[in-house]
Amino acid sequence: MMPNFPFLKNKKAEDKSEVFVPSRRDFLKLSSLATGGFLLGVNFQCAGPKGETITFAPNVFVSITSDNEVIIVAHRSEMGTGIRTTLPQIVADELGADWSKVKIVQAIGDEEKYGNQNTDGSFSVRMFYEPMRKTGATARHMLIAAAAKKWEVSPAECHTENSQVLHSSGKKIDFGDLVAEVKDMPLPDPESITLKEFSSYKLIGKDVAIYDARDIAAGKAVFGADVNLPGMQVAVVRRSPVIGAKVISFNDTKALAVPGVNRVVKIEGAGIPPGLDKPLEGVAVIADNTWAAMKGREALEIEWDLGPNQTYNSAKQLEEMLQSTAKDGKVRRERGNFLAAQRAAGKVLERTYLAPFYAHATIEPPAAIAHYQGDGICEIWAPTQHPQWARQAVATALDLDLDKVKMNITLLGGGFGRKSKPDFVVEAAILSKAAKSPVRVQWTREDDLHFDFFHSHSAQRIKATIDKDGNFTGWNHHTVFPAIGATGSTTELHPSDGELGLGCTDFPYDVPNIKIETHESTAHTRIGWLRSVSNIHHAFAIGCMMDEIAEARGIDPVKHALQMLGEDRNLEFKPETDGKYENYGEPIETFPWNTGRMKKVIERVAKEANWDQKLAEGKAVGFAAHKSFLTYVACIVVVEKDGSGKISIPEVFYAVDCGIGVNTDRIRSQFEGGAQFATSLATTSAITFENGIPQQKNFDGYQIIRMPQSPKKIHVHIIESMEKPTGVGEPPVPPFIPALCNAMYKLTGERIYQLPFKA
Amino acid sequence: MEKFSISVNGKKQEVTADPDMPLLWVLRDLLSMKGTKFGCGQALCGACTVHLDDEAIRSCSTPISTIGSKKVTTIEGLDKEGHHPLQDAWVEHIVPQCGYCQTGQIMNAAALLKKNISPTVAEIEEAMAGNLCRCGTYNRIKEAIITASEALYLKHQSI
Repeated sequence: MMPNFPFLKNKKAEDKSEVFVPSRRDFLKLSSLATGGFLLGVNFQCAGPKGETITFAPNVFVSITSDNEVIIVAHRSEMGTGIRTTLPQIVADELGADWSKVKIVQAIGDEEKYGNQNTDGSFSVRMFYEPMRKTGATARHMLIAAAAKKWEVSPAECHTENSQVLHSSGKKIDFGDLVAEVKDMPLPDPESITLKEFSSYKLIGKDVAIYDARDIAAGKAVFGADVNLPGMQVAVVRRSPVIGAKVISFNDTKALAVPGVNRVVKIEGAGIPPGLDKPLEGVAVIADNTWAAMKGREALEIEWDLGPNQTYNSAKQLEEMLQSTAKDGKVRRERGNFLAAQRAAGKVLERTYLAPFYAHATIEPPAAIAHYQGDGICEIWAPTQHPQWARQAVATALDLDLDKVKMNITLLGGGFGRKSKPDFVVEAAILSKAAKSPVRVQWTREDDLHFDFFHSHSAQRIKATIDKDGNFTGWNHHTVFPAIGATGSTTELHPSDGELGLGCTDFPYDVPNIKIETHESTAHTRIGWLRSVSNIHHAFAIGCMMDEIAEARGIDPVKHALQMLGEDRNLEFKPETDGKYENYGEPIETFPWNTGRMKKVIERVAKEANWDQKLAEGKAVGFAAHKSFLTYVACIVVVEKDGSGKISIPEVFYAVDCGIGVNTDRIRSQFEGGAQFATSLATTSAITFENGIPQQKNFDGYQIIRMPQSPKKIHVHIIESMEKPTGVGEPPVPPFIPALCNAMYKLTGERIYQLPFKA
Repeated sequence: MEKFSISVNGKKQEVTADPDMPLLWVLRDLLSMKGTKFGCGQALCGACTVHLDDEAIRSCSTPISTIGSKKVTTIEGLDKEGHHPLQDAWVEHIVPQCGYCQTGQIMNAAALLKKNISPTVAEIEEAMAGNLCRCGTYNRIKEAIITASEALYLKHQSI
């Protein structure tokens, strides 16, 4: 299967791009439920080219039982964004359901049935806002029609509320009492379905508590490792210490002597390249319980052929990458003539920026449960962001037809892109087949940090020219980092167009001469995507550099950003970027890059943070703005130095334009968490390699911020908007880092050119 | 392997285990109590926090052989109905994002409030420093602890 990049809809879905526009005839399908309820789905999973008969396969559905229970299926994975609440909330609002009594059930992984389930790239709300509204609205129309018929009144005199249909006369009836009528009713013409006025929504655009809050607080919520099956064994794996290492031989005598250890199984790994969806080479110890498996693993004796990555040193590579940026690279975007601008410049600023490898470090380490049954059926329970990819990877690994793999999705104890990759799920399936019993594969923290799909380290060099009149005339950005594609192909030496479209080639400022170049680098570990992907390092470099340019020109950085965005207009990148600007998988006509919207968030954040105020001694503020995943964000960070020289972040201000905000509480919580996440990236976290091995083993080496160091007050201002909704999972991260660095400069007088810096 | 008799949430439990087996795996694997989470195995993240008598401990680094007659309380036993003031405050402030670390956070906070019913913000930060949250819910955790502390204080006053 092709790599599935988070910022694009997956390839398969793209091939059927009409999936996002439900066709008129096939929009709906109704079927009876055994319980006497009815089932309603939106069909936007077109099975073939236009004109062919399309098989019914709803991607999301609502059912109502005769005892008035409204059940809504969540088909996206819940990793902390609140999506398991937010999408059902949309259905419920259009339907007029009593939210307090709505039951949410998690879909299994089934692309035929539910369509795209790849929960990544901040696109769940963007993709499903309209289909969810239509699902709810259609059910409402049908219930109203049934009630109107029963009462012999006009449907126009009826509306729904609290899981009831109400007539203007005061008559009312429970949805459940209409199930018998509605389940045999012909489907309405989709054109006849009207959506509610936005102002009448009771859930959309409001703070709605997450569905699982009570279960989580009670310890009842079920995460990946929490599923218990009769006869289940537990496996831990000793994986190739260096990517590409192969097992020459192993001795399992001592491991098998550990009480509780039942079996030792070798897992064939992919070698080099390691791939995004394959397990690493390893030896698994399968035991009665986790502790016995861990003890057994310690007792394993393995001889490895470590292969070419055993001499890999990341600091050395980063230095080489930095040197390469001084040379001419491969031009990826060009406007005007940067060299001419440089020759004519009164001043040239040249700065370099370095950022390290980052690990996802979800507090829940990867774990998955597989039950391979003798009849060629494999059932999985896994905390996966990408159920279909995991299902496909398991089917491929076990040589099963896709329909023989059943993929159940648990809650995810954090994802951030790590749990898109199905390697750990495949391990569980292979080991269950070998053990002839259900198996839970359990990764330890050391495994997680050693064998992550890391966010790539990066080197960047930016040259900016200012002419004799003080105009900002030229921008030359060199970026180099081992690409995600290199995990699947050794010939991928440059960042992809997609990765560059994440905050680099979409440089929005109105500079007459732009030249963006990339350089070659090779991957010696598994590279993946981490919350906001290459926006992390691109926003760091650009946001810091813009602050320096503003300073060099003697302009306030907020005013400078507003000035350089220019007139309110939609930007076009394609003509200057060899025609491959991705725009996060959306047509730029539908989701334009609008400078006016960016200026609005900048103005708003400056106002809310009282940017122009004179600050007390020992305090400083920094600013940055960055659009990612089609969401506009501006950020101001306040830093403070106390009498003892200790630096803290007392306040953070965000303004965000994500179009229509569906669950405003979860939008705020993503920004609150995003600021914390970005503080770790900026100040405490880094993975470094020596002899091909990550040097950080646990949370003592790979540090993420703790409560005392965390930013204190985080103010999130959501722009009221009727634009199409866009996601918020990733966009909080990128602008925070340069805003923090710029604040640190004002506080200490020293610019930051390398992450992480020590605060 | 040895036999151990331990008290968990007021109930006597008999288990046969390696004396070195951490309490975490006794709870999760042998007693099938899944509310206590595995995060790091080295007492660095706090996801596995339970109470031993009234103390918050990291169950991932506490061998079963060291428990003796001390009483173990897990998230399942913090309140029979799941309505400890902290649990209610957690829902009220919509603290969780992914939720994985939250049972450890709640257990740690509960031990804090047992010792100090009205902690200052600085005391909360210090007491909670051992509990990591990757989603970054720290500020809401703080708010929820303050809310719960107020509820407990009022309850205490009315007795």
